[in-house]
Amino acid sequence: MPNEKTLTIDGFRVAIDAETNLLQVIRKAHIELPTFCYHSELSVYGACRLCMVEIEGRGLVTSCTTTPEPGMKVKTQTAEVRELRKMNIELLLASGNHDCPTCGKSGSCKLQSLAERLGVDKVRFTAPVEQKPLDFTSPSLVRDPNKCVLCGDCVRYCAEIQGIGVLDFTHRGSQSTVSPAFNKGLAEVDCVACGQCAAVCPVGAILVKTEVERAYAAIQDPRKTVVVQVAPAIRAAIGESFGAVNDTFTMGRIVSALRRLGFDKVYDTSFSADLTIWEEATEFVNRKQNGGVLPLITSCCPAWVKMAEHDFPEVLDNISTCRSPQQMFGSLAKDVLPKELGIAREDLVVVSIMPCTAKKFEAARDEFKVNGNPDVDLVLTTQELARMIQDAGIQFPELPVDSLDQPFGTKTGAGVIFANSGGVTEAVIRYAAGRLGEEHPVIEEVRAEKNRREFTASTPLGDIKMAVVQDGRGARSGQGEGASPGNQSWQKRCGVCGNHGLPRWMHRRRRSACHAFRSDPATSCSGHSRC
Amino acid sequence: MNAVMEMDLETTTQDYLASEKTYTRRVVICAGTGCMANGALKVFKALHEQAKALGISLEIELDYEDTKSKDGLLTKSGCQGFCQMGPLLSIEPDGILYCCVKPADVAEILETTFQNGKLVDRLLYSVPATGQVCKGHGDIPFYTQQHRTVLKACGSLDPENLREYIARGGYFAARKALTTMTDQEVCQEILDAGLRGRGGGGFPTGRKWELTRIQPKGKKFVICNGDEGDPGAFMDRSVMEGNPHAVLEGMMICARAVGADEGYVYVRAEYPLAVARVKKAVKDAEAVGILGDDIFGSGQSFRVHVMEGAGAFVCGEETALIASIEGKRGMPMPKPPFPAQSGLNGKPTVINNVETLASVPLILSNGAAWYRSMGTEKSPGTKTFALTGHVANTGLIEVPFGATLRKIVFDIGGGVTKKGDVIDNDAFKAVQIGGPSGGCLTREHLDLPMDFDSLLSIGAMVGSGGLVVMNQETCMVQVAKFFMQFTQNESCGKCVPCREGTKQMLALLDDITEGRATDETLPLLEQLARNVKIGSLCGLGKTAPNPVLSTLKNFREEIEAHVHRKVCPARVCKSLMTPEIDAALCKGCTLCAKKCPVGAIHGERKVAHTIDGFACIRCGACVDACKFNAISGI
Amino acid sequence: MHTAETEAPLISRQFTSVLRILESYHHDSSKLVPILQAVQEEYRYLPEEVMTFVATALDISPARVFGVATFYSHFALEPKGKYVVRICDGTACHVKGSQDIVDVLTERLKLPKGKKTTPDMLFTLETVSCLGACGLAPAVVINDDVHGQMNAERTKALIDQICVEEGL
Repeated sequence: MPNEKTLTIDGFRVAIDAETNLLQVIRKAHIELPTFCYHSELSVYGACRLCMVEIEGRGLVTSCTTTPEPGMKVKTQTAEVRELRKMNIELLLASGNHDCPTCGKSGSCKLQSLAERLGVDKVRFTAPVEQKPLDFTSPSLVRDPNKCVLCGDCVRYCAEIQGIGVLDFTHRGSQSTVSPAFNKGLAEVDCVACGQCAAVCPVGAILVKTEVERAYAAIQDPRKTVVVQVAPAIRAAIGESFGAVNDTFTMGRIVSALRRLGFDKVYDTSFSADLTIWEEATEFVNRKQNGGVLPLITSCCPAWVKMAEHDFPEVLDNISTCRSPQQMFGSLAKDVLPKELGIAREDLVVVSIMPCTAKKFEAARDEFKVNGNPDVDLVLTTQELARMIQDAGIQFPELPVDSLDQPFGTKTGAGVIFANSGGVTEAVIRYAAGRLGEEHPVIEEVRAEKNRREFTASTPLGDIKMAVVQDGRGARSGQGEGASPGNQSWQKRCGVCGNHGLPRWMHRRRRSACHAFRSDPATSCSGHSRC
Repeated sequence: MNAVMEMDLETTTQDYLASEKTYTRRVVICAGTGCMANGALKVFKALHEQAKALGISLEIELDYEDTKSKDGLLTKSGCQGFCQMGPLLSIEPDGILYCCVKPADVAEILETTFQNGKLVDRLLYSVPATGQVCKGHGDIPFYTQQHRTVLKACGSLDPENLREYIARGGYFAARKALTTMTDQEVCQEILDAGLRGRGGGGFPTGRKWELTRIQPKGKKFVICNGDEGDPGAFMDRSVMEGNPHAVLEGMMICARAVGADEGYVYVRAEYPLAVARVKKAVKDAEAVGILGDDIFGSGQSFRVHVMEGAGAFVCGEETALIASIEGKRGMPMPKPPFPAQSGLNGKPTVINNVETLASVPLILSNGAAWYRSMGTEKSPGTKTFALTGHVANTGLIEVPFGATLRKIVFDIGGGVTKKGDVIDNDAFKAVQIGGPSGGCLTREHLDLPMDFDSLLSIGAMVGSGGLVVMNQETCMVQVAKFFMQFTQNESCGKCVPCREGTKQMLALLDDITEGRATDETLPLLEQLARNVKIGSLCGLGKTAPNPVLSTLKNFREEIEAHVHRKVCPARVCKSLMTPEIDAALCKGCTLCAKKCPVGAIHGERKVAHTIDGFACIRCGACVDACKFNAISGI
Repeated sequence: MHTAETEAPLISRQFTSVLRILESYHHDSSKLVPILQAVQEEYRYLPEEVMTFVATALDISPARVFGVATFYSHFALEPKGKYVVRICDGTACHVKGSQDIVDVLTERLKLPKGKKTTPDMLFTLETVSCLGACGLAPAVVINDDVHGQMNAERTKALIDQICVEEGL
């Protein structure tokens, strides 16, 4: 095969296919070179120096920045590169506060696992004594600059994928940090709380703000009745957390686990997701028939709503007035359940298990409070739920299956598929068609893997042009043209929800696995339409 | 569109030279930063006013119309290099150089030299070692031992006068390149000359140009890198201040060679005079059509922007400099792609150092063979150096590659100085070359012919050309620490080895100078230095360990004294000094013993006291208390 | 007394000059460095609200502007004193004792720990990596005036003289 393009890696011949850099070729050859700053979907940064290899005749290079060329002789394990990797890890361990046992990332931290893998058994350098202040301002995230390894993944994700750019490097040299503008807190800048930064952070520098202790406190409080709503996406993610394949029994086990943790009632958010679709479809039909503001843009994703508030105030009237499923559930629960159970509103605690960090922010918004009492009291991500289950010593895979509580436990069954990006649009159109007496088929275009999709559906209301965008950058690009009057329904799923919570490569894998999606860092992401 | 006056080079030259002949003398006052700081402009003003009062026709502007004979033309020049002796005032054709001229000296100069044709002896330079009095550039060893080509014009012509630049042969080379040579021929000429980049690495300039030239036609850029960040170097500054048109001409020739039509001069913000002079040069050249469209009727365009740096050493690195021009943080990008392939705004870009570009017109005018007649085979031409530190003559010098350190330090530099500015060549300890990327040269390297390759072979580098002479009173660990402090401050913070590694190297050096070092310190420092060198992303990081590695190599004993014996042989590291009371000075007043918070000082009244070095906490209370300066080592 | 009414026109006037600067660089975000330099020329430092304004006008994130402003040592995020004293700490100046000058001036100006500017906003003391006046080492620059071959005593005398001129 003289025409085949190949190179050798540690003496083994490997074909060059469509790889754009040497690292991809090496990984294809089943050698998992460590990296902090390399992500296939982000721009190449070349800073962590962990993927360095030796190329004969060229010396040491970072494989992530090197174009693979036929005939290259690559060595990935020379004494020099091994020492370099090890020393880089040692240097990083001395760069700040890397006290593993007390870190929220322990167990899933890349620095920790690489130190173990590369056999870094001592740190000979001195770590700084002075600690930089932590940022607790965001309801969703906590930033600890003392743990940051300055790989810039969060910076590039926020800017390149989400198109927001609230984080950037500041200062230089050993003073370098990653921070919002003017060293402000995340809540004081245009952060939409999407949590993608936490999802890509290889260490514990950006973590989801945990509300586990608050949940325990509520459960322990004898005066409180604690109910919980579970977003559909959780079932896929939680199973994965416990090494179990998602199966039909996962939801039943989640219910079972929640009851064992002490939650009084367990409900499914799919119920209110159906309500959201119903309301939004009604609103759309109304606007369409009565000359209301069009296009209609979904309100389900709190990150997108926040982005619009910051950057696109002109489209606020286009945004649906419907509450998201989480908030729909919360307000119904706080309205119905106290009467049913004969307790005060204040004594009902509504917890939601959500795949998205922005949901914490959404629950904390003032407009979702009655006399200061929130409709949803606290939001736990999948990961936090997993921690609670582990903490309690509950053997999740062995749990018996339990069933959801009524009345919120019912659902139409139309919901689950809409956890997809574009799901709300599809659901609304199909529901609207149904309301007007016509069955509308699946809209395949909605489900395409593009971060901006446009299409037209024929309905009893006439042809409806729709656009679906995915991730913050897509939302930004949709501005202006997307809002043209010709477009009648427009869904923005900022990447925030559209691509939620997980780096995309993982998300693709998960998509093929289960069709219910992403968000909460480390576990999974949300089917937005159902949160 | 403004009407652009087309300037004919020959006519301009003839007019200038004809007019110049009507002036009997030419008085040049050095207006480099050094001389300006010492009051050169006041001298200029005094000379102009007092000459007028005395009826001496000393004009400050060449008058082309006036054909009468005049006594003199008074102009400013760029840096003449002999900064320490500034303000400098030279008088031609007499060949006189007056040093340290004050406005108060002006009357005497006018009377003695202008009116009576005699020398003002007290303003002449005398060689410190021999006492020999020198008349001017012709017999001052500082100048006679040099070979000035790039710097030649810096010290004589008026940097703000485009006409004079042309009259001395300026822009003829650019015209030649634009109108009679192909792009390939220009590249070939530079390749043949063997010109190597003066910014540090010594990459062949012709190859850089050729790599850019062969990129697909379209937008290309030429950038002049005037971000001379090396602390202790000011060659580029002097060239930009003293001969800005030579830099522009070099850029034009480069643009011709690679097919660029736009250029940037990136100048450090710390160099306000250079910024002003380059900006004026660009404006003047634009006004007469030397920059702009259809230059010299060649149909080619070239425009130049001047950008001020904002204070970041790392921007001297090509890709960081480009990021800075693009409005970003000056963080280097991995190479390849090289700027020649994808540079500013993703377009092919040549980045050359100031001195490199200023050499280009000389090569085109005089030919590659002339250039190769200077220097060594692999490093042809001359190199400018900033000679500073403990040396009698500090300033800017130019020598052919291959000159020895001995010649530079002792012949041109006039010898090594020690405390009290006394010349003592035995006090020579080392020369630091190449700044934060370079290393130390010691006594054993005094006769090494200096060029790119010989320096690299001994773990140093030409770098930008800073030469800091150090005497025996200098602690080499402190010098290494100084550079490490510098690089860790100036690291962009992007890659791990450089950001964290330089910080930890500094911490280890700190341990050494503070007496905290253990047997593990030096091996760890060496291992770390090696890894920073091979693992860093850009040239700054890759060369950052050089000062440390070079010190470890050349001054191992001195470092080990710090580590193992906790002694600083040069008596510089305060923490390692032994507290001592000089018995000869101590009067036994007991004041120190009373002030000592730990009771470490003992002694009878009126008898010299002693300090218990183990008990002493080095707080310094005794030193403050002692009225007789008898306590040292704290 | 400053009231909201008297301040409003002042602020709008200030933003007018920023607008003029932005205009002269055609609102081109790649000119961020020269734009910030021009802004600093105007204000003597980079006020937060002006940086935010610049970011919005150039359609880039404030974080990026802050990142650039903190990267380059030339940019000041706090107002500087009337007299900016810059002590060169290049190699040549360093080996000739620039650190002594820094120590003596820190003491003379009674600078609070970690501060560069005196509380009365008269002096700012800075070290710079190299002024390129190595031939005059050690060099001290007060505002735009370069003073060569300095030592601690002579620098202190310069400060004393300024204090006298300022009536202190």
